[in-house]
Amino acid sequence: MNAPRRKLKVATASLAGCFGCHMSLLDIDERLFALLELVELDRSPLTDKKHCGPCDLGLIEGGLCNAENVEVLREFRRSCKVLVAVGACAVNGGLPAQRNHLDVRDCLKAVYPVVPNDPELPLPLDKVHPLSDVVRIDYFLPGCPPPAEALWQFLTDLLHGRTPQLGHGLIHYD
Amino acid sequence: MTPAALHALLEKHRHDPTRLVQILREAQDVAGWISPPLITEVAGHLGVPRARVEGVAGFYSFFATQPRGEYRVLFSDDITDRFHGSERLRLDLCSQLGVEPGKLRADGRVSVGVTSCTGLCEQGPALLVNEHAIPRLDDARIAQVAELIATRHPLREWPAELFVVDDSIELRGWLLGASVAPGEALGHALALSPDAFLEQLAKSKLRGRGGAGFSTADKWRSAKQAPGPTRFVVCNADEGEPGTFKDRVLLRRQLDLVLDGMTACAWTIGAQRGFVYLRGEYRFLEAPIEAALAARRKAKLLGRDVLGHRGFDFDVELHLGAGAYVCGEESALLESLEGRRGIPRNRPPYPVTNGYLHQPTVVNNVETFASVALIALHGGDAFAAVGTPKSSGTRVHSVSGDCAKPGLYELPMGATVRALLDACGAVEPQAVQVGGPSGVLLSPREFDRRLCFEDVPSAGAFVVFGPERDLLDVVVNYAHFFAHESCGFCTPCRVGTTLLERSLDAIDAGRGTRRDVKEALRLSRMLRDSSHCGLGHTACNPFLSLYEKFKPTLERRLSSLDFVPTFDVDEALAAAREVTGRDDVKAHLEDV
Ligand SMILES: Cc1cc2nc3c(=O)[nH]c(=O)nc-3n(C[C@H](O)[C@H](O)[C@H](O)COP(=O)(O)O)c2cc1C
Ligand code: SF4
Ligand code: SF4
Repeated sequence: MNAPRRKLKVATASLAGCFGCHMSLLDIDERLFALLELVELDRSPLTDKKHCGPCDLGLIEGGLCNAENVEVLREFRRSCKVLVAVGACAVNGGLPAQRNHLDVRDCLKAVYPVVPNDPELPLPLDKVHPLSDVVRIDYFLPGCPPPAEALWQFLTDLLHGRTPQLGHGLIHYD
Repeated sequence: MTPAALHALLEKHRHDPTRLVQILREAQDVAGWISPPLITEVAGHLGVPRARVEGVAGFYSFFATQPRGEYRVLFSDDITDRFHGSERLRLDLCSQLGVEPGKLRADGRVSVGVTSCTGLCEQGPALLVNEHAIPRLDDARIAQVAELIATRHPLREWPAELFVVDDSIELRGWLLGASVAPGEALGHALALSPDAFLEQLAKSKLRGRGGAGFSTADKWRSAKQAPGPTRFVVCNADEGEPGTFKDRVLLRRQLDLVLDGMTACAWTIGAQRGFVYLRGEYRFLEAPIEAALAARRKAKLLGRDVLGHRGFDFDVELHLGAGAYVCGEESALLESLEGRRGIPRNRPPYPVTNGYLHQPTVVNNVETFASVALIALHGGDAFAAVGTPKSSGTRVHSVSGDCAKPGLYELPMGATVRALLDACGAVEPQAVQVGGPSGVLLSPREFDRRLCFEDVPSAGAFVVFGPERDLLDVVVNYAHFFAHESCGFCTPCRVGTTLLERSLDAIDAGRGTRRDVKEALRLSRMLRDSSHCGLGHTACNPFLSLYEKFKPTLERRLSSLDFVPTFDVDEALAAAREVTGRDDVKAHLEDV
């Protein structure tokens, strides 16, 4: 196998997603140990690092629903050589994009008796967008969430320098 | 709508579910829109599932399943309408009436939207008000329309001159120029046996004028030989291809030739019933066509024992479409004729064996049937002597866009693009779109090419683009057309046409990159390879032509950056800034 010569740096983030994609990654179970032999985690919900250093690979779950999402995504794009949109939300906007036919002003007013104006709270975008609307994305991994097998296959392909290929049973079912 | 009125309407249509599109159209005329209770009533009386009626009501863009106002104004959104200022006129009318574009006014009385090309390109801009066409719009006409609506003048009392549609015939050949009595051509056809007439047709080498150019004699022969208790003849008068308006004029000026051709077809293949499927936009032709049909019945040109031929019974019904381009595709048209959503069928089997009600059916274009009548009059050899070896006869071109004399030009098959450009008075054209959006864009290098099946086939549209036009506008307009008209049945086209539209919109907005071009190329390949019908297969043609022949036009609109967002990210926060009242640093995003 064409194993990497050094551990690859990987960062992950969950933007407008449900953490389901991260959970699916954890579902590779004992293969996590094999994965950690190959990679070193940088910024990720699993490490709690706040900012992303130079990385080989960035995995992003969830789409863009607010200003902070955009900033995190841009930081990832600046820092990661390869950026992957993981899951339906990242690829297409997914479930959160269901709000796109509503006016965000009406949503806020419906939810809050007084709409909060604390600068610490990220402002929502008027529409939820897929990642590829704002930065260049190198790979798209569909699924809600992508099954653990698909994530494993995709990551091992990538880490071993093969062009990832997900065949029957991983993204094609008929 | 009162129960009595609905009852009378259903009675008129014999409670026949195949007439569902007609029933809904007429019910909407009375009721204003197709409400849920109306759907339930119609379904109950016809004995069909409610979902079927609702499905049909939701499919056609002229059917309103929500209140749409007493006056529903739809501006024709063809690129030629835009060239003539339709956008500004539409916004002017909106502001004069106090409506928001695309929305129903608060008092529920009027709405102003857009619709695909209405086939009045040479006398645009045009609009439809409750499906009645008003051409030649200008400031005065817009003010007049606004006034009539503001004072709630009933539509039938609007000045008739508003609705006058010109025929715009610029160059006549033997088809547009023919002056023969109703039934004369048919008499010639019926003087021959069905087999002998089919032989004349084969000699004529006539090929269909609706786009694909299939041999008419072969089509008729297949339908004639296909087993089945009964056969049908269908005239495709859907004419939805933007930029095409020849059938509109043929149906007005040479309707009897068309009906003679249809009746000759019935004689040849042994059919008893025929249909003219007329696009809803041409509703102004409904009354004249009905009148002509009635006159022909009286003259024994339709009905029992046509022209005294014992046992040859044939009649024709008029069906109106309701604003769906895909219904020009013959199998979708048949679905619509059967009272269903206009979704193209799997092919094969083809209509010649499994057409209307799954019986052998000939579907031909209006101009094809009119040409059949010429063949009956002049004989197959005379017809074949005109044009080129593989494209016989003449072709009626619908010319619009940047030229001195837009209108209809009938030329022998095989005329060069340049000959037509000269005839219509085009000055320094930078390109011509032949055959509508699903056809090809030709650059000046190709102006010596010939308009015929051997070289540049055409469904009849010829749109000229002058030196000042930005061809990207044209391609974007066409991309919107396909995304709007995709029937949604198959995923490659439903999703692909919308994604293609988005890529082109991004380029148009100055936010496009090389990636968008690559993406558009990938989508084009997918549309071509995996769509279910011709709409999807050809939806990428405008972009591909532009890419191939006018690459710099495309590239100069790309942003130089490797990647730019497809939308203005800071602008996307404006709504939230408004309701939170924030304007701090974190309430903004940089645009790059
Ligand atoms: C999306 C689509 C739209 C079409 N629209 C028309 C039309 O408006 N009129 C027409 O005659 N043919 C149209 N056609 C072609 C018809 O399917 C069919 O080939 C034609 O009516 C056959 O008649 P012809 O042999 O006389 O040309 C369309 C095809 C497609 C795929
Ligand atoms: S794709 Fe599905 S699992 Fe992943 S974040 Fe979105 S909703 Fe959750
Ligand atoms: S290609 Fe488009 S128009 Fe044709 S069936 Fe598919 S979705 Fe409908």
